[in-house]
Amino acid sequence: MSLLDRPREVMRRDRVFDFMMPNPLDAARLDTRHGPILYLEDITVSFDGFKALDALTLYIDVGELRCIIGPNGAGKSTMMDVITGRIRPDHGQAWLGQRLDLLRMQETDISRAGIGRKFQKPTVFPEHRVVENLELAMAGPRGVWSTLRQHLDGEARDHIDSVLTEIGLESAGHSRAGQLSHGQKQWLEIGMLLMQNPQVLLVDEPVAGMTHQEMDRTGELLQRLAGRHSVVVVEHDMDFVRSIARTVTVLHQGAVLAEGSMDAIQADPRVVEVYLGE
Amino acid sequence: MKRSVRCMLASLLLALGLIAPPAGAADDETLVSNLRQLNEGSFDDKAAAVRTIAESGHPRAVPVLQALLDSRLYFRIAGGGIVIADALDAGYSVTDPVSGEALGEATQYEIRRVSINNAVRTEARKMLALAGLSSPDRQARAQAVERLLASPDPAIAERMEGLIDDEPVAGIRRDMALAIGLARLEAPEPATRLAALETLDGSLRNRVRNEVRRVARNDPAPAVQARAADILEGIEERRDLWGLGEQIFFGLSAGSVLMLAAFGLAITFGVMGVINMAHGELIMLGAYTTYVVQLLMPNAIDYSLFVAIPAAFLVTGAFGVAIERGVIRFLYGRPLETLLATFGLSLILQQLVRTVFSPLNRQVSTPEWMSGSIEINAALSLTLNRLYVIAFAFLVFGLLLVLFKRTTLGLKVRAVSQNRAMARAVGVSSSRIDALTFGLGAGVAGLAGVALSQITNVGPNMGQAYIIDSFLVVVFGGAGSLWGTLVGGLSLGVLNKFLEPETGAVLAKVLVLVFVILFIQRRPQGLFPQRGRAASEG
Amino acid sequence: MASPQTSATRVIPERPWRRLLHGDMGGRILLGTLAVLIVVIPILNQGVSPSSPFHVSDYTVNLLGRYLCFALLALALDLVWGYAGILSLGHGAFFALGGYAMGMYLMRQIGDRGVYGDPILPDFMVFLGWEQLPWFWYGFDQFWFAALMVLLVPGVFGFIFGWLAFRSRVTGVYLSIISQAMTYALMLAFFRNEMGFGGNNGLTDFKDILGFSLADPQTRLALFVASAVALGLAYLLCRSVVRSRAGRVVRAVRDAEPRTRSLGYRTDHYKLWIWTLSAMLAGLAGALYVPQVGIINPSEFSPLNSIEVVVWVAVGGRGTLYGAALGGALVNYAQTLLTAMIAELWLFALGGLFVAVTLFFPRGLVGLLKRREDRS
Repeated sequence: MSLLDRPREVMRRDRVFDFMMPNPLDAARLDTRHGPILYLEDITVSFDGFKALDALTLYIDVGELRCIIGPNGAGKSTMMDVITGRIRPDHGQAWLGQRLDLLRMQETDISRAGIGRKFQKPTVFPEHRVVENLELAMAGPRGVWSTLRQHLDGEARDHIDSVLTEIGLESAGHSRAGQLSHGQKQWLEIGMLLMQNPQVLLVDEPVAGMTHQEMDRTGELLQRLAGRHSVVVVEHDMDFVRSIARTVTVLHQGAVLAEGSMDAIQADPRVVEVYLGE
Repeated sequence: MKRSVRCMLASLLLALGLIAPPAGAADDETLVSNLRQLNEGSFDDKAAAVRTIAESGHPRAVPVLQALLDSRLYFRIAGGGIVIADALDAGYSVTDPVSGEALGEATQYEIRRVSINNAVRTEARKMLALAGLSSPDRQARAQAVERLLASPDPAIAERMEGLIDDEPVAGIRRDMALAIGLARLEAPEPATRLAALETLDGSLRNRVRNEVRRVARNDPAPAVQARAADILEGIEERRDLWGLGEQIFFGLSAGSVLMLAAFGLAITFGVMGVINMAHGELIMLGAYTTYVVQLLMPNAIDYSLFVAIPAAFLVTGAFGVAIERGVIRFLYGRPLETLLATFGLSLILQQLVRTVFSPLNRQVSTPEWMSGSIEINAALSLTLNRLYVIAFAFLVFGLLLVLFKRTTLGLKVRAVSQNRAMARAVGVSSSRIDALTFGLGAGVAGLAGVALSQITNVGPNMGQAYIIDSFLVVVFGGAGSLWGTLVGGLSLGVLNKFLEPETGAVLAKVLVLVFVILFIQRRPQGLFPQRGRAASEG
Repeated sequence: MASPQTSATRVIPERPWRRLLHGDMGGRILLGTLAVLIVVIPILNQGVSPSSPFHVSDYTVNLLGRYLCFALLALALDLVWGYAGILSLGHGAFFALGGYAMGMYLMRQIGDRGVYGDPILPDFMVFLGWEQLPWFWYGFDQFWFAALMVLLVPGVFGFIFGWLAFRSRVTGVYLSIISQAMTYALMLAFFRNEMGFGGNNGLTDFKDILGFSLADPQTRLALFVASAVALGLAYLLCRSVVRSRAGRVVRAVRDAEPRTRSLGYRTDHYKLWIWTLSAMLAGLAGALYVPQVGIINPSEFSPLNSIEVVVWVAVGGRGTLYGAALGGALVNYAQTLLTAMIAELWLFALGGLFVAVTLFFPRGLVGLLKRREDRS
């Protein structure tokens, strides 16, 4: 098996040779000349016969803010799992830029290559202070020896402070993350993503359980981030999606049902049927 | 040389014996003269005398030889008359060997024991065994043939030839043929030896194997040697096969004990996710309950287990419910804390037993119907208590399976273990179910204790020996799966028993441990993983 | 409102050692106490006449030395349990391995003064009829080699165990059980005579260390001081580890391991590293302990010993280094007192302690003190 794999890899026309592949950690030089930063093509995932993703194809452009909606079980979380390397699809392709094959990278390498994910349930480190949370998320070497000797230099402090300001937690920098409100935790988590200087931000249900005020601030935050980063938001709350969305993709039964502006989507009879029909 | 002379003499005597008239006055005289020879002759003479007495067919021959063997045959210092003497508080009561009539008493200065050596003793034993072959009692005949197998003798073989066709029991007949075959391995003619070898083919007895091996090495005739080597190989193969069977049985027995010990854990740990380090002590409590039940009904040990089984279930179950209500329910979702707290409980329970009973092991008796063994053949016998424990383990397994799959309680338990909030929402009282489930797991541990009390020592530390093993079984089999526990327990038990002869018991344990650790590397969910999306997360 | 610059970066003293103990009152008290003990105990033991009420007997010195070893062991366990969330039920194994390494050195130091008078072979090997020293006993006649092994043997053993366990993401109670099984297996193995470590009886009848007689009160005093110094240094080492960014990563692993992994940290590396460090510290504790008790045998591997260490840490307060050290010393002191009164009582007390600590004081003594502080 493994003997044959190698020549097969070499023979594949759609791929360059391994030794010509860039170091996946060389994140700064992503090849995005062709526009999209994230390519998902023909991705299929099945659990015990149930197809969570069915030949899903999706492209995300550089600097785009994309909202993804869909009823429960449409495959939104599974899609995120595939992109971050938590789930290997049965077949299909997933690329970051032109050169990084996500399906052949470790979870940690993917994260270092510039894809950050915010989980549905906010998971910050409750016993650490807010600044420490940000520090942990900061881009940089992740090995034991380097972290053992690392101290915060001026540049890093500036970075932490700027992110603190960005997410609006300047005054809470030294509280324990566990003491933050629900909304603040969500922002902190987005802040932790930002510390990694990601190219792509995957944000899973950012406003679930937030007050209206918090929702508005979150919307502003995400819109500010778009442009500098490519932001993919999975959300249930239609009002929120309408308030921030430029392009919306509707997933249904593991495949893209419709794509376009919010108004166009809402006018689409297939979408109406999916949301109201059953 | 000497041997063949004796053989001839023996055959001669045998011939005499066969044509001897029924016992009468003349016989008594021969017996008396032979008895004298038994006392006065050389050891060779004595051996010959033993044989003559036996061949005489005199009704008193058997008691006399028995007395000789039991060192109860004495002679009077004055006169040299032979008597059978039984020790009294002071002196002896003496009996006439020929008539069996009491002759009054004698002091230790009047009589002296007839001296014999091992050769004479062996001769007497063989002769008695030969006599036993004609006994109407089947048990006696089986014992007799067993004895003859231990010391084969050509002369006796001849006699057995005559008896073999009258023997109604096939097994005894087979053994007699073996004894004859063994005796003839010494025959001077190679053809006889070859024929004898054929009768030994396929036997599993130690003695037969050793003899055949000796012939294969030392026989003067090459043809006999070669045939013996052939037969030896066959015997070894069959013995290995049965040996394998025995190992599997030991493995299954050890495995069923593991399985029993692990069922309770599979429920508390597997279904509820509670690490109960006091599980071993609950097993111990079950064993002590058996002990107490036996103390309470000393005259009915045979039935005590039927009382002990429900009693142990109830007692340990009650302890379980108390532990759950008192400690564990405050610690749900904090597995490490649960582990520590229950470990503390295990220390307390151990010390409690030490204080109430004693630090020493207690004796739990095995009922009559559970002791003994079933002998399949010479190479394999199954002890009954282990057989019963295996059966008991499967019975418990079956009951648990039914309980979980077919009853509402089982349904509720599974519901709570899968989704606590949802179960509560549909009206299942989750705290009651928790207590009941834990009590059930503890009760099953008590059942394991009853079984263990029948095969190992019952002491305050007995639980410790099983806790790690049972965790291994549950982890290996896959937490929460009764089938996993069954397969895991049995396979670990068998694996252990197969390693033991190669590596010694301790190293075998260590190797099994390493094996399980390596196994979890490959399949962290165990043999029978819980299926579904939830299991693949995290 | 504070400016962004100061909000992220607190004012921290410049000198490294000050920075290390910044805001660590418990640690300062611990180190201070150790310093005082190092000075005062030798004076009270040697300088004060035995009749004086201030005299500290040789027995007490020895006892205190042992407590310090236990405190060091507790410190080692707290590093993995309190900070990395790995509950080891097998740390006694590392302690015993370190102890055996030291015991082997002490055994070789006996030389021809053993019962059988063999210049090379320890008594038990002569007794077993062995002709040659097994290869793994080579080098233990040198102190430097033994000292190295005291750290290396538990370290390498811990590394291999940890590598197997963490690589395949064995966590939580599974890891606890496996670590307990590990020490159990080692105990069984060391009970065997063929292992070459003295079997059932272990290693004992030591004569001297580095040329000083172990029976000598001064040697015992020196061992006590060595234990105190080792504890102090180990505390500083642990403190610097947990205060480093790596220490923060380790705590992050404890609180939310999948999250830490998703941030790009190889959590198994961090766990393996802190586990190995902890194993080595435990080995050091064992090595200091053995010359003070004069024996090491397989019962040191018994699972009960390991789990007792856990309760020391729990009583002291897991997650605070000084709390663990305090727990190690205090619980053992209590054990000495209780066993002297009623031996039976100790196991009841120990069991009760387990239950009470987990149910009522999950943060241990330190937690109690802190709560009082917070109230006032």
